[in-house]
Amino acid sequence: MPEGTVNNGIGASVRRKEDKRFLTGSGRYTDDINRAGQLYAYFVRANVAHATIKSVKTDKAAKMDGVVAVYTGEDVANDGVGGLINGWAVTNRDGSAMTEPPHPILAKDKVRYVGDHVAMIVAESAAQAMSAAEAVEVAYDQLPPVVDLASAASGAEIHDGMANNTYFDWELGDEAATAAALESAATVVNLTVRNNRLIPNPMEPRAAVVDYDPIADSYVLHSTTQNPHLLRLVICAFVLGIPESKMQVIAPDVGGGFGSKIYLYAEEACCTWASKKLRRPIKWTADRTQAFLSDAHGRDHINKVQMALDSNNRIIGLRVDTLANLGGYLSAFAVATPTYLHGTLLSGCYDIPAIYTNVKGMATTTAPVDAYRGAGRPEATYLLERTMDAAARQVGMDPAEFRRLNFIPKDAFPYQTAVALQYDIGDYEPLLDKALEMIDYKGFAGRRAESRKQGKYRGIGLSSYIEACGIAPSAVVGALGGRVGLYESAVVRVDPTGTISVFTGTHSHGQGHDTTFAQLVTERLGVPIERVEIVHGDTNRIQFGMGSYGSRSLAVGGTAISKAIDKVIAKGRIIAAHMLEADDADVEFKDGKFTVAGTDKEKSFGEIALSAYVPHNFPHDRLEPGLEETAFYDPLNFTYPAGTHIAEVEVDPATGVVEVVDWACCDDFGNLINPMIVHGQVHGGIGQGVGQALLENAHYDDNGQLLTASYMDYCMPRADDLPSMQVDCLVTACTHNDLGVKGCGEAGAIASPPALINAVIDALTPFGVTDLSMPATPEKVWRAIQDAQAKAAE
Amino acid sequence: MYATTYVKATDVADAASRLDAADDGKLLAGGMTLLPTLKQRLANPDCLVDLAGCDLAGISDDGQSIRIGAMTRHVDVANSPVVQKAIPAVAHLAGHIGDRQVRNRGTIGGSVANNDPSACYPSAVLALGGTVHTQNRSIAADEFFTGMFDTALDEDEIITAISLPKPEKAGYVKFPNPASRYAMVGVFVAKFADGVRVAVTGAGEDGVFRATDIEAALDADFSVGAIDKVSVSADGLMSDIHASADYRAHLIAEMARRAVTACG
Repeated sequence: MPEGTVNNGIGASVRRKEDKRFLTGSGRYTDDINRAGQLYAYFVRANVAHATIKSVKTDKAAKMDGVVAVYTGEDVANDGVGGLINGWAVTNRDGSAMTEPPHPILAKDKVRYVGDHVAMIVAESAAQAMSAAEAVEVAYDQLPPVVDLASAASGAEIHDGMANNTYFDWELGDEAATAAALESAATVVNLTVRNNRLIPNPMEPRAAVVDYDPIADSYVLHSTTQNPHLLRLVICAFVLGIPESKMQVIAPDVGGGFGSKIYLYAEEACCTWASKKLRRPIKWTADRTQAFLSDAHGRDHINKVQMALDSNNRIIGLRVDTLANLGGYLSAFAVATPTYLHGTLLSGCYDIPAIYTNVKGMATTTAPVDAYRGAGRPEATYLLERTMDAAARQVGMDPAEFRRLNFIPKDAFPYQTAVALQYDIGDYEPLLDKALEMIDYKGFAGRRAESRKQGKYRGIGLSSYIEACGIAPSAVVGALGGRVGLYESAVVRVDPTGTISVFTGTHSHGQGHDTTFAQLVTERLGVPIERVEIVHGDTNRIQFGMGSYGSRSLAVGGTAISKAIDKVIAKGRIIAAHMLEADDADVEFKDGKFTVAGTDKEKSFGEIALSAYVPHNFPHDRLEPGLEETAFYDPLNFTYPAGTHIAEVEVDPATGVVEVVDWACCDDFGNLINPMIVHGQVHGGIGQGVGQALLENAHYDDNGQLLTASYMDYCMPRADDLPSMQVDCLVTACTHNDLGVKGCGEAGAIASPPALINAVIDALTPFGVTDLSMPATPEKVWRAIQDAQAKAAE
Repeated sequence: MYATTYVKATDVADAASRLDAADDGKLLAGGMTLLPTLKQRLANPDCLVDLAGCDLAGISDDGQSIRIGAMTRHVDVANSPVVQKAIPAVAHLAGHIGDRQVRNRGTIGGSVANNDPSACYPSAVLALGGTVHTQNRSIAADEFFTGMFDTALDEDEIITAISLPKPEKAGYVKFPNPASRYAMVGVFVAKFADGVRVAVTGAGEDGVFRATDIEAALDADFSVGAIDKVSVSADGLMSDIHASADYRAHLIAEMARRAVTACG
């Protein structure tokens, strides 16, 4: 950092550059985009969960004011349009291939969840399209809905020929060794937990605006995607058969995603297809109800856990049998979420010699379920950290000390788990100790006594989590069934005047990349942060990239930027050596200046940039003019953030209301670029975790109707549901990326639900309550107290 | 929403005639229920008659009771020195309806006319033995609330004001639905010289109702402990994904205790 400049580099909590436009209402979202002559799409959705379609009568709708076209599944099929894809295939444990049923963009013969797309109206106005949709008459032959996950295997067949409504039956780990551990255990802990189904609810609902140009035979698709290049690849190569070079996908400002905007959805595909047929631009914007019905939902597992302890209370084995609800169709990464993002995390922070897991991916007549903030890792963490508390209770140990006893020791890294992953580095005890200190664990008994005087029951709960993020090494992913690479790309373009544009293949939909990535450039090149622009979200401007999810943007995308910067500096050094008449080896680059060691000769970065574009005095024999470098970076391993979260709650026994009164967490995200943004990510993640643990639940009734399809019934966390959070970090730097970073986007949502439920159960221990499911609603808590009291009275 | 015609009435008579002229007209007060309903196409009125220009807002103290104009917003009731002095429980109730945005638009007349089974105001009007004034008549609260979303109002009858008798003391405590923050159970307790009236909102299958068992117990002994002797029945209470009838019955007693405490 040049002397006298404000430190906006690595480690500074720089205020977010993007917030000026977001906070002043100047963001530009997909629904803000309008094209001349644009039409509006509206989708007729199934209002029954499971049925064969007898007929779809569209003639009345087609004649209504403003209606330009009405399309059905038959039209799509007649045009040979492909279906949505499954992006990850696993092998069943008997060695057979998993079942990948077709997923048409408009349902043709059958509907498989309320909200399934049955017909598409295109009209001159959105209101006309909506009115015409009401005039489409769909006749159904209803079939029995399949709603309950536990009994889904014996429910009505959802996909032709798919036995037991099971997409796959997958395993990982050593079944025999785990069985032996359970057999020889001094203590076996049994626990079955339910990971409740969530609806992602990004602030901005999904939307698309597509404009087909008949002269060039090309498309511009604005979409609310986290992943513009992958969207382009899938829609072009698998669904519509369009040359990728004829498709520009732009993801402008995107108002949150949490995973639900990773995938190509039917609506974008339908609009793109119809735009060419009608030779008019088409806009589609979901309202909140459609978002509830048709965005990919999250979580929804039943996990049966058996944990084996030896006589010293060391964990010697773990078996987890999971039913994962994947809904009526396979969303793009639905298969990866409960398998390789879940089963591989079952060792947590603990040294567990034998682990076995079986996961059955189940179909039900509900909306597709896919990755949601954390994606598989929250489910793994929840079942493991609940079991850790249950085990500690069973053997009479303090839950913190039971965790400490079983932590992977600091000197055991790199640590090979029993479930495929190799953790490169970590040090879990200091994270636990720091969090215990932050919450004043020792003073808890006093606080509990104080609460009791007020008629409240106080509880404390821990969760020591690990996650695998920085997704992902492509070769590993490919070997495990992934159908994509998961490298990241960057172009660092230095302009003649020394300003810099960074083109990243990641995508920011709220994470603050404009700031974090600019800080990285500022740090490395010594250029003021105001002169650095981060460009993302446009396939015509940006080299192929893989978007943002899985806490990958900095660990993978940031490393790609760093590697491109390395190349810029290397080229600059040669230019500087030439201009300064020195050997390359004698030129150093520091604080934005190239200097010759042992002399006062120097050239600023700006002078070198100018020389690269006005190459009058330039090493033409060695270099091409210009200063722009590209890097593609494929990570060598996942990164492994870890930490301990501790929740403290007060329960009002008269109502069952749980108040989260304190929260402390200490995370290891590796090196931090912008601590403020990192803390913000942790805050937001905890907010969603509190939502899952206490408030949120996607509730389908027995007929498969979604009862929680609006904010009147789906309970989102509000500011006053959340505590003031104490957030701190310790650092073990990632060993295998240049920045030593790990990723922080999902940790809060992964760590927090078990901490909170453990705290509530701890609070209810005086009543004899030992189990409680999410969300711990007031009635559920009240009832648990009543039931425990009734049982005690027997 | 569906297309509709909007008219701004100049006074109550004008509003009534506009409503009469429409096939399926709707009065627009604060719109805090009606507008979301329209947006979701759950209603399709051919005419919206806005009462904002009818001079129906305002609060006065008539000695024995306070009179609140139908178009008086929740925020104005909450902040009114007249209400705060005469029946602070009503100011408290108004100050905790919905959120700030709702309180800045929503009106007492709109709330009472809609008689949402989870709305706060009906419990105050019923517990206080209030009177609903229309352009044609005055209706006692005990006759006004006739069922869920149902009132004694005739077609084209417009609420002009609500009178609320001043009690010796009163308290309102609600247990909000965690999702909607409407009352899942709200209990309004009002103690008058000639007896106690208790009304419950959020819980009844037929909307707001009087909890006569609790009234009797409090008549005998106006104390928190008196409620312990009452067994609140779950019969006739709503059961939904948020709360069973049993839990609501439990909450009625608990909120009643807290409302008695709030009476001071």
